[in-house]
Amino acid sequence: MDAQLVAMQLLSGVSLGAVLIMTALGFTIIFGMLRVVNFAHGALFMIGAYAGLFIAERTGSFWWALLLAPIGVGVLGLVIERLLIRPLYGRSPDDPILLTFGLGYVLVEGVRMLFGSDGVPFSTPPALVGVVNLGIGFFPLYRLFVIGVVVFILVLLWLALEKTKFGLVVRAGARDPQIMQVLGVDIRRLWLIIFGIGIGLTALGGLLAAPMRSVSPEMGTIVLAEAFVVTVVGGMGSLIGAVAAGLLVGIVVSMTSLFAPEMATIAMFALMALVLLIRPQGLFGRAGQGA
Amino acid sequence: MTERKTTRYTLSRRHMTAALGAAAGLGVIGMPWVARAQAETIRIGFPTPLTGPFGAEAKDQVKSAELAVKQFNDAGELNGRKAELFVRDDKLNAGEAATRTLELIEKDKVHAVVGALSAAIQLAVNEVTRARGVLYISISQSDSINEVKDSSRFTFHEALNPHMTTAAVVKQTFKKGMKIAYLVADYAYGHEMLRGCKRAQTAIGAESVVEILHPFGAPDYSTFFPRINAAKPDILCICNFGRDQANSIKQAVEFGMKQQMKFVVPVLLHNQRLAVGPDAFEGVIGGANYYWGLEDTIPSAKAFNDAFRAANNGAAPTDYGAYGYTAVRSLLQAMTIAGGTETDKVITALENLKYDIAKGPQSYRKCDHQSIQSVLVLESKKKSDMKNDVDFFRVVASDVGSEALLRTCSELGFPA
Amino acid sequence: MSARAGSIIDKSKDFATAWRIPLSLVALCALPWVLPTQALAVNVLIYGLFAVGYNLLFGYTGLLSFGHAAFFGVGAYVTGIAIGRFGVPWFAAPALAVIAAGLLAAVIGGLSIRTRGIYFAMVTLALAQLVYYVGLQASSWTGGENGLRGFTVSTINFFGFRFSFLDPVNKYYVILAFAIAALWFVSRILNSYFGAAIEAIRENEARARACGYDVERTKLLSFILSGLVTGLAGALSALHLTIVPLDTLHYQTSGLVVMMTLLGGAGSFFGPFVGALAFLLMEDVFSQWTSHWQLFVGAIFILFVIFLPKGIWGTALAIRGGK
Repeated sequence: MDAQLVAMQLLSGVSLGAVLIMTALGFTIIFGMLRVVNFAHGALFMIGAYAGLFIAERTGSFWWALLLAPIGVGVLGLVIERLLIRPLYGRSPDDPILLTFGLGYVLVEGVRMLFGSDGVPFSTPPALVGVVNLGIGFFPLYRLFVIGVVVFILVLLWLALEKTKFGLVVRAGARDPQIMQVLGVDIRRLWLIIFGIGIGLTALGGLLAAPMRSVSPEMGTIVLAEAFVVTVVGGMGSLIGAVAAGLLVGIVVSMTSLFAPEMATIAMFALMALVLLIRPQGLFGRAGQGA
Repeated sequence: MTERKTTRYTLSRRHMTAALGAAAGLGVIGMPWVARAQAETIRIGFPTPLTGPFGAEAKDQVKSAELAVKQFNDAGELNGRKAELFVRDDKLNAGEAATRTLELIEKDKVHAVVGALSAAIQLAVNEVTRARGVLYISISQSDSINEVKDSSRFTFHEALNPHMTTAAVVKQTFKKGMKIAYLVADYAYGHEMLRGCKRAQTAIGAESVVEILHPFGAPDYSTFFPRINAAKPDILCICNFGRDQANSIKQAVEFGMKQQMKFVVPVLLHNQRLAVGPDAFEGVIGGANYYWGLEDTIPSAKAFNDAFRAANNGAAPTDYGAYGYTAVRSLLQAMTIAGGTETDKVITALENLKYDIAKGPQSYRKCDHQSIQSVLVLESKKKSDMKNDVDFFRVVASDVGSEALLRTCSELGFPA
Repeated sequence: MSARAGSIIDKSKDFATAWRIPLSLVALCALPWVLPTQALAVNVLIYGLFAVGYNLLFGYTGLLSFGHAAFFGVGAYVTGIAIGRFGVPWFAAPALAVIAAGLLAAVIGGLSIRTRGIYFAMVTLALAQLVYYVGLQASSWTGGENGLRGFTVSTINFFGFRFSFLDPVNKYYVILAFAIAALWFVSRILNSYFGAAIEAIRENEARARACGYDVERTKLLSFILSGLVTGLAGALSALHLTIVPLDTLHYQTSGLVVMMTLLGGAGSFFGPFVGALAFLLMEDVFSQWTSHWQLFVGAIFILFVIFLPKGIWGTALAIRGGK
């Protein structure tokens, strides 16, 4: 058990954390702003991967896919919000959970019908193939790239939320939607846009994960669980929480893998249960949200 | 008022006509049924996961099984009795599989059941069939089904088991003094593969330097690699299946590990190779029950391939698909020898059957009804060596099947 | 708040409500002859009972739990282990199963009742997944991924009468006896003051608290009762299938019962059974046409959530009541 091994293990924990942050970002934004628990999250993640595959095949370039796929799936998200989620506002808060649960089935099966049940190959883009010698060991270039993209997106989001007028409206709308309506903001349109953005981010996560995990209709199932864990641990609706929790969960899983690898997934859920029992609003959630 | 009176009369007249009609109808329906009793259809139940992640393998198995049934029907043996396949979707869910098997036995009154992908499902189907004295031939890997706790005289296992596959693969790849790292899926099948590998490894004189159990279904393996890399093994033996295998190989290749060590897998799967592509799989060595490339050396393989291609637009059969053919065809052969579907006679016929229908000689061992057959060791080809779209593998070895590959009957718990 | 509310008023005066147990008995007796197979009929009984138990918490108390698979699974596993490993007689094993499920419900309920709304759903999901992983790891007891086997009950000795439990018709009526007993139990609960209390909590928790109800204790009790009935459904499932697959503990099983309850009509007595029947029948029929049946079932479920949140039976009741 030398320092080099531990350092490598930590790095893979951070890399895993970056992936987790990406998978949870869309989920936590949609819950934080719209109070909607999106059970179709995993399915949309998977659709992001397939959309990326589709575009990459047509254009021959991963980079076009990186740009266009999240936008395309984001538009799908707009359609979903407008047609399926909007009728449920004002009704029981359980209804969106139920609806998105059914939607998940429909989306997964739809993809099976269009693309088949087999896994589809998605190779790492040629520019990002290979390993980097970091001194402590070799690490795939692509995973470093993913960490970079995640940091970039987070900075972008932070700037948008803190420094733009739109961001101000979003934050206020999350705090108190009724006052916003009184002030003349079209809260429905706001929610529509936010939902689309959340779905777009989810799709981006799926696309980024595609070269690492095999692309198949079921690839989203575990992602839903991961997003849950990160969101609950970090605090539903808190962006900082998602980042902190993503890193925390990544490192916890990574360190557990060092000593008791078969317990890695249990560790994730045990952490979630622990947080729910001790601090139900999550590490960065507002008090009163959970209890 | 008038309505009620006429209704009463009309009803009783209608009653009588109905009764007469029913009697006549029954007679008409009954007659061919009586006549057919002489040449009753042979009904074979076939539960398989048409829905879910193994849909492709399942459909392959159905196509192969249907080919076997068609060949039997065309040959016109057993007084021209026809066989019929009752395909049911078990949705890769053991509870569903048990329900479908109950339906097949109770409603469709099948004479035998063939099928089931995944260990959990075959054990579930087996539990239902053996309690009711229905013959069952299982066509996916499991060590448990050979053991006395789960086995029964009605249980037959056509597929390979982890013990056989690991023994064959290790023999071709491990050398004395080598250091082996294991990445194992933490469930029964993974453990069985590990156990088989280590047994064979000890016999050769190699040593294991690290054994990592990963959660079944884990999407990300990066956290397991640092420890493996630190141990500097000669061989990385990846004991898992399906998507787990696809993901772990892909990610290990990304970490550059294939440059440092050889990748060996007890079961090398056609569909996972298809899902991941030639580059990641290049050079990986593993075991299989069947590969269409056998047709160059084994005549029965060529016959099977040609018949399959003719019936399926030129597509070649896959590894798991071939099980569907060999199981159903051997079953029908046994029924022909037994002269019918009477379970006891068919069991005896199967136990004594020597068959060569797709991959060389096969036969069932008496104590656990395991099919003794060859185990193929394959190496995944690199893209530039592929002669066509499905030329995935190179046959490294294909030793003739023998009982030496299996665990002994007493080890499995059977009385000597 | 809840579009699925059943009626609190005038329960005992309604004919169907007063006679709902005998009516259920008659309808269910006919089921094996009406459905395509007896195995399907038994599954309807089992999942119907599962949904009825779940409905106690979801439809009547208004708490959306996404973790009821834990109680169903524990009920099944305890039954299988009791019969297979300890030789407990077949009629005593379900009793043990029910007790075990109730204890687990007390623990999980106790931990999750502190949270509300969506958090409650997430806590139940997380805790149930923990139970799933424990079941996976404790493979020497549960069979792990391979499932539990080796406890098949083939003949039953009932006061001197021996008959085959493998016979599908016999099996159906034996299981029906258990199911009807459980339904009667649930019916009594719903007709009691407790039944009124949980519905009051569902309608307006703050007002119920103001009226003097001990909301936390009532919720916990409802949770435990729900767990008991669900555990019995699990026990019956083990007896029926003669195996306990690991999937029984997975959250997809939890999701299944939520769908069935909603489809049939949460908050009504017959609703869950109707939902289980409709769902299983749909699944059976659709999967014979296409391997993509999940698409249609999912789409139908979505339509129900948006347009018919009262479910099949609930909407029928609403139309009949002229609401």
